[in-house]
Amino acid sequence: MRVKKFLFILSQSPHDGLWVQETLDILLTVAAFDQPVSLLFLDQGVFQIKKHQNSELINLKNTAAIFKALEIYDIQDIFSEVESLQEYGLKPGDLFLPVKEIYRKELPLFIKKFDIVCSN
Amino acid sequence: MKYAIQINASPYSSGCGETAYQFIHAVIENKHQVFRVFFYFEAIYQAFQFMTPPDDEVNLVQRWSKLAEIYHIDLVICISAAQRRGLLFEDEAKRRNKVDNELAEGFRISGLGQLAEAMLEADRFIIFR
Repeated sequence: MRVKKFLFILSQSPHDGLWVQETLDILLTVAAFDQPVSLLFLDQGVFQIKKHQNSELINLKNTAAIFKALEIYDIQDIFSEVESLQEYGLKPGDLFLPVKEIYRKELPLFIKKFDIVCSN
Repeated sequence: MKYAIQINASPYSSGCGETAYQFIHAVIENKHQVFRVFFYFEAIYQAFQFMTPPDDEVNLVQRWSKLAEIYHIDLVICISAAQRRGLLFEDEAKRRNKVDNELAEGFRISGLGQLAEAMLEADRFIIFR
């Protein structure tokens, strides 16, 4: 089996249709193929991992549970852009996942390290 | 070069399907290969066989079917995305005690493993969204 390095970029806000749930389905499938997967939260995507979300109130599954399960799939390379967090006033303590912070100016070189970039 | 393609949008919500269609043509004309086209998210609407646009408009679904027939391109609709949105093929409908068969000629329904495989097998992977 071939091995490629995957990066999933999540840049959409949570609970906006089924977008994130279906994107995570791709991510988990790729991980099940034993491929190394990294995740980058960008722009409004940083809200995906903000604490204290009650998506049940708008009849959507709580995707936080899926994000928290990523560790089981050995997905630990989780990044967030510093500027995106700052723009929305979020600090690492506001997030339910530990993220590695990365600066915008580092992103082009960072993205180049991957074979497949999924930005749905 | 082998290309894997993912399409994300429905036929009339954006120009995404058109761009993908023209890109696929360019790939073939330039003697490259299309390993697979995977329809995900709202793109499953590209495969509803009963789409009936006015006569003076292009039938986008039939156009995909023709592409698959002429060039033997593997057009795959994601099963979970399709079921959620009400696109069922005959076998699956029967299994769920429903009468339905919406899938147009030239498409097949399968799982996300087909997308993962395509991403691994192809030299280039492109998302049209």
